[in-house]
Amino acid sequence: MMNTLTSYFRVFLTFARNSLVRDMTFRTNFLIDLISSTAWVLMNVAFYTLIFRYTPAIGANTGWEKYQFFLFLATSLLINSLVHALFMTNADDLSELVRTGSLDFALLKPIDTQFLVSLVRVEWSALGNFFVGLALMGYAMYKLQYVPGVAQIVLYPVYVLCGVAIYYSLMIALAATSVWLGRNLTLFDFWFYITNFSRYPMEIYQGPWGTPLRRLFTFCIPVLVVVNVPARLLVRPINPQSLEDWILPGFAILATIGSLAGSRWVFQRALWSYRSASS
Amino acid sequence: MLARAATWWTVLRISIEERLVYRGDFALGTLMRFLPIVTQIFLWAAVYEAIEAAGSGSTRIVGYSYRDMIAYYLLTMVSRVFSSMPGLASGIARDIRNGTIKKYLVQPIDMLGFLLLYRLAHKLVYYTVAAAPFALVFFLCRGYFAGWPDGSTMLAFIASLAMAFLLGFYIEATLGMMGFWFLEVNSLLFVYMLFSFFFSGHMFPIDMLPGAWGQIVKQIPLQYLAYFPAAVFLGKVTGPELYWGLWTQFGWTVLFIVLSRVVFHLGTRRYSGYGG
Repeated sequence: MMNTLTSYFRVFLTFARNSLVRDMTFRTNFLIDLISSTAWVLMNVAFYTLIFRYTPAIGANTGWEKYQFFLFLATSLLINSLVHALFMTNADDLSELVRTGSLDFALLKPIDTQFLVSLVRVEWSALGNFFVGLALMGYAMYKLQYVPGVAQIVLYPVYVLCGVAIYYSLMIALAATSVWLGRNLTLFDFWFYITNFSRYPMEIYQGPWGTPLRRLFTFCIPVLVVVNVPARLLVRPINPQSLEDWILPGFAILATIGSLAGSRWVFQRALWSYRSASS
Repeated sequence: MLARAATWWTVLRISIEERLVYRGDFALGTLMRFLPIVTQIFLWAAVYEAIEAAGSGSTRIVGYSYRDMIAYYLLTMVSRVFSSMPGLASGIARDIRNGTIKKYLVQPIDMLGFLLLYRLAHKLVYYTVAAAPFALVFFLCRGYFAGWPDGSTMLAFIASLAMAFLLGFYIEATLGMMGFWFLEVNSLLFVYMLFSFFFSGHMFPIDMLPGAWGQIVKQIPLQYLAYFPAAVFLGKVTGPELYWGLWTQFGWTVLFIVLSRVVFHLGTRRYSGYGG
């Protein structure tokens, strides 16, 4: 078991190194990717800064004031950049592998197919936003004069990884459907529209429409858990306000395990239905 | 003259038919495009709720009530339907780079005219197919609107949308033809896209920008691609300001039409194609 884990880890390191070599071959392109994704993020930060010129908080009595929200935004950046760097290009390529029949080569290799197709290409330039996220987090913490406790320092990375895992599960399950659909151009659209709901604190989904929506995206498709749980861990650590606050961190772990298992199942089913495209 | 009209009519018809092939997928895609509005509705509800709770008196942001704000976002989607030109500039640049632009140069057809008709056809089909989802969403969101504006405002709105289409087309075409000089224009297009997203009013009403930023943004043509038509519909721009706005939009449109012609002329002088 341990042996398998080490060898898989070494394979992953090889993937990462190969991708880095490839990225460094086209250095200017890498730099442009880095700058452009950072520019998008900065523009978003500017947008929220602008909003907070007019409002003290997002939602009354929610505690999401400017710098608290920046911590939320930073968490969102960390998770998204990791997902983008590790999985997005690969998930996108999957439909192409299916369409052209190149998935055959992946199936033949003596390695777990899901592992191989999910991680073969690491998008190093996407990690730029990881550092933007860290910087934003540092800035917000400085402004809030906030020092995280031991529990936060230990649990925060765990929940960030849970968030990455949930996003990954959703993405690979969506990508795997291309086996049945032939091709899947709308993957990114779907992905964008679903994760769009997780961009803001879950408290904004209130009222006769909002509450069902919040429950749907918490308990059925757990995208709201992804950023909210780690961000809340930082922002309001000591005073849980409602029953949901108590349940949520526990539920996040369950949701992670459930999503991973579910996406594994979808992926396996997809492989069984796969018929090679060429002769 | 007649033969020429017939040619253009054929171009338009073929482009329309080409576009109608995937109409089902298309209508569904349009409906999905409204999903982000749902998050916007909740986000702004939370923002306005917090302003009200703070009790500073006015619950308006630069004159926009909560309902105005949501109506604004819905209307900018309409403006963007007219002014956005996905793939136009990058397509022209690609044609220049790999030489396929020759097909326009050797045939007795005007490239800009052809592309304009091609876009027009796509847009016409888009409006026809997207009308139903748009009507549905606007019907569901009718509570955010104060009612139909009066006739002259409506006319101004339609005029500004038509000009938004032309302006969007000629700005992108001009940018794409920069490829005659630079070959690789993707970074340039990215910068344009970024600025256009932020400063056209697609992301928020540009009145929200403070101080110098607000002044600068009011001087550049990007606002006419999304902000201006929406603001006209909502009655945020009226009287002399409205006339002035429409004339300025007209001026920018004419400027970019002329500019694109000049750039095309100079560009094709520079261009050299090799091989078959």
